Amino acid sequence: MNFAMIFRILGWMLLFEALFMSPSVVVGAVYREGDVIWLLVSILVCAAAAILFVLVSRPKERRIYAREGVVICALVWFLYSIFGALPFRLSGYIPNMFDAVFETASGFTTTGASILTDVEALPHWLLFWRSFTHWVGGMGILVFVMAIVPLAAGGSAMFLMKAESPGPSVKKMVPKASQTAGILYKMYLVITVIELVLLLIGRMPWFDAFCLTFGTAGTGGFGVLNSSVGSYTTYQQVVITIFMILFGTNFSAYYLIMLRKPKDIFGISEVRAYYGVILISIILITVNILPMYANIGTAIKDAAFQVGSIITTTGYSTTDFDLWPSFSKWILVLLMFCGACAGSTGGGIKVSRIQVAVKTIAKELDNAIHPNNIRKIKYDGKTLEHSVLRGINVFLVSYFLVMGASILLISIDNFDLETNFTAVVATLNNIGPGLAGVGPVRNYSGYSTFSTCVLIFDMIAGRLEILPVLVLFSVHTWRDGDMLTYQKRASKSRMEEESRFLDDFDI
Amino acid sequence: MKIIIVGAGKVGETLAADLSREGNDITVIDKVDSVVDHVCGRYDIMGFTGNGASYSVLMDADIEHADLMIAVTGEDELNLLCCLIARKAGHCQTIARVRNPEYNREVSFIKEELGLALIINQEFTSAQEIARLLRFPTAIEIDTFAKGRAELLHFRIPGDSVLDGLRLIDLHSRLDCNVLVCTLERENMMIIPQGDTILRGGDVISIVAPVEEQVKFFNRIGLKTNAVKNVMIIGGGEIAFYLTKLLLHSGIQVKIIEKELSRCEELAELLPRATIIHGDGSDKTLLEEEGIRSAEGFVSLTGIDEENIVLSLYAKALGVRKIVTKVDRIAFEEVFDRLNLDTMVSPKRITAEHILQYVRAMKNSYGSNVETLHRMLDDQAEALEFLIRDNFAHAEIPLKDLSLKKGVLVACINRKGKIILPRGNDVIRPGDTVVIITSLKGLNDISDIFQK
Repeated sequence: MNFAMIFRILGWMLLFEALFMSPSVVVGAVYREGDVIWLLVSILVCAAAAILFVLVSRPKERRIYAREGVVICALVWFLYSIFGALPFRLSGYIPNMFDAVFETASGFTTTGASILTDVEALPHWLLFWRSFTHWVGGMGILVFVMAIVPLAAGGSAMFLMKAESPGPSVKKMVPKASQTAGILYKMYLVITVIELVLLLIGRMPWFDAFCLTFGTAGTGGFGVLNSSVGSYTTYQQVVITIFMILFGTNFSAYYLIMLRKPKDIFGISEVRAYYGVILISIILITVNILPMYANIGTAIKDAAFQVGSIITTTGYSTTDFDLWPSFSKWILVLLMFCGACAGSTGGGIKVSRIQVAVKTIAKELDNAIHPNNIRKIKYDGKTLEHSVLRGINVFLVSYFLVMGASILLISIDNFDLETNFTAVVATLNNIGPGLAGVGPVRNYSGYSTFSTCVLIFDMIAGRLEILPVLVLFSVHTWRDGDMLTYQKRASKSRMEEESRFLDDFDI
Repeated sequence: MKIIIVGAGKVGETLAADLSREGNDITVIDKVDSVVDHVCGRYDIMGFTGNGASYSVLMDADIEHADLMIAVTGEDELNLLCCLIARKAGHCQTIARVRNPEYNREVSFIKEELGLALIINQEFTSAQEIARLLRFPTAIEIDTFAKGRAELLHFRIPGDSVLDGLRLIDLHSRLDCNVLVCTLERENMMIIPQGDTILRGGDVISIVAPVEEQVKFFNRIGLKTNAVKNVMIIGGGEIAFYLTKLLLHSGIQVKIIEKELSRCEELAELLPRATIIHGDGSDKTLLEEEGIRSAEGFVSLTGIDEENIVLSLYAKALGVRKIVTKVDRIAFEEVFDRLNLDTMVSPKRITAEHILQYVRAMKNSYGSNVETLHRMLDDQAEALEFLIRDNFAHAEIPLKDLSLKKGVLVACINRKGKIILPRGNDVIRPGDTVVIITSLKGLNDISDIFQK
């Protein structure tokens, strides 16, 4: 294990977190809020820790391997959540440190779940920081930094990116990892700016426009009003609906636009399925909730907003969908599991994984009837390798195991099953609001500190797609294999022996 | 540069590693998914699984925007097909590895007709390298350019040499050797010599000369080349065949020991001037019988690394002067180095380095009319290769009638694969490639070498 290199990269990452906090200082200055001083303190603490990390580490070997890549990725997310919680805790707006970490983790993982009962009581700078974490976490922290500084030598960079990028298999768009990261962020930035401009055209206040755009772009879901998005105009809600869905689309689709091959977008079967699911869900829910609405237009608008919000795992709400009929609510819960496309900013299981899982089931059914049947699973015209299929299966199993264990752990708090179930589903899938006790108009403040920790874990595990986080808990990750330690111990005597052996050749 | 490498075997991987480290955008294509995963995990490159000769796979790999495609799969025909399709699909230069000796004779035809930038024959290149090692002592440094066909030999003139005080113009008549002095280094200054330049002992000069003239030249000027007179080769593969040809050409006797009778017969037919022994090269008595003790050079070229190493160690113990060992698995180089064997060669490494050198030269010349550009002698001199086009203004004019700029020298003319060392009466024709050695910087076109 190359600990020196891990420390060094973590140090660099913390320095960037200090940088990420800086825009909020400007917001504090603009609104003349005196307690922004606590943000400056947080930045200094962050930077000091970063410098300490970098100074402490003296890497002899610049190369890192898959093991270090995964560990760094998981640690970075926990570290970011802890240091990012400082402004909340220091300024006193969230007195409990665990709650503050929950809020920040919820921000970076683009979950959007909150323990705050009154969001409007927060100063502007803190709200801005809260929303900005969504934007940073959406495309990935490491991906962002990699686009700017070469963190690790050569191919090692890919190990970092792999752990953070959502989806069953990570493909580069261009040969260099740093350039791929750059292209991703360029597209991300452009779409973000378009949304911002459209919201501003719709006369949304500047501050709200910025925060909501960040929330949409990262598919996070932090709002600035207690009513989430409910009190904005229809135009603004429609813009947000469309952009939520756009940010949940596989970014390789936008790359095709960059390559001027827009026709090929619907050749990506995941994109087809994603839009298909959205359309069908909207129709079903609209029909189901129609009796509750005066006119069909509002019903469609609310249905579309909620479907878009849940499938992309954003978690904004325009209405209290907890009051909707059971059928519609269950559709939303299913969409929570489904999640957005791989390679988007959304969370969840991902459409492509579900597609492949369904195909695997079909293949197994076929095998039950014709035991000697040989069939390959194809996706987008390409045969899927066994390793990809295995990865998807293992992901699904570990996903449901983590979910089951989490529900068990938080049920100690003795809330009802619906609350606990949706709380875990909503955090593990990075959505935000669940149903019943954690529904769109309620929040997570009722849970105990222990449950809060479980949910923090779920959010980060969900964002990194389970395995990278589970790796942290494996003994083998931290211990160099038995054989290697043996070698270290034996190396000196063995070297001598070896050189004596070689001397014999030196005739 | 954007480079696509088809085939991610040992050569492909070495190329991908070195070229990506030098900042190029590398895309690798291989048939086997696990191989692609393996190289992509190790280096900062992109990978595609599929047949590199397939149009759609090449399009996926963005052949349209690539600058160069290198085909180094195990199959010659596939490599050529890859290049052909890449030429048609994109606008890139192509390099193919072609090892079958049957094609080797047609290399220049294939190259011209299929529009390939470089065809590399691994076995032939390795043989060239080994031959060089056997022909010259380490005091002579060798730079190759013009896609490996011409070589520039650098050495220091001994103090008591006949060259001391000799005017260059008299060189030919005094020594009766066809050599061309290209650069001269005196007191850390590099000059391109002219006819009236006087050589002195202690100068470092570089020359180009046909292979058969090289040894003669070094003998005449009194530089001990330490060249061996006879060589024993164990293993009669393709490298052995090429090596024997090259060695016989420069007057060295060759004895090949080969296990397989049919191959022996084949070799005997192809190489009438060499001694072909049918027998097991690892048989100690046979080696003694065939006079390993009196051999001056020993080259072990069997297909098994371990056997090669053991045989070379034995030869070393007997005091053979020059030993070359072929080793394919170069990953354990550190250990091999400690065995104190003179020289290890790895055909794959040589191939990769050869291609690398070409790619670097191509990259240097990017955006100009220069085909390739090699920097030499700590960047003080450049060897530029130009392709002569039909509109060349000075075609068919004898070189002595052309007025070249000072500091420019026409080092060789490559006419359809034949290297000509230019003399006053030689002419440059359209279709030739010409290698210019110069101390001037910023020559972008062949017309830049003439005085205005």
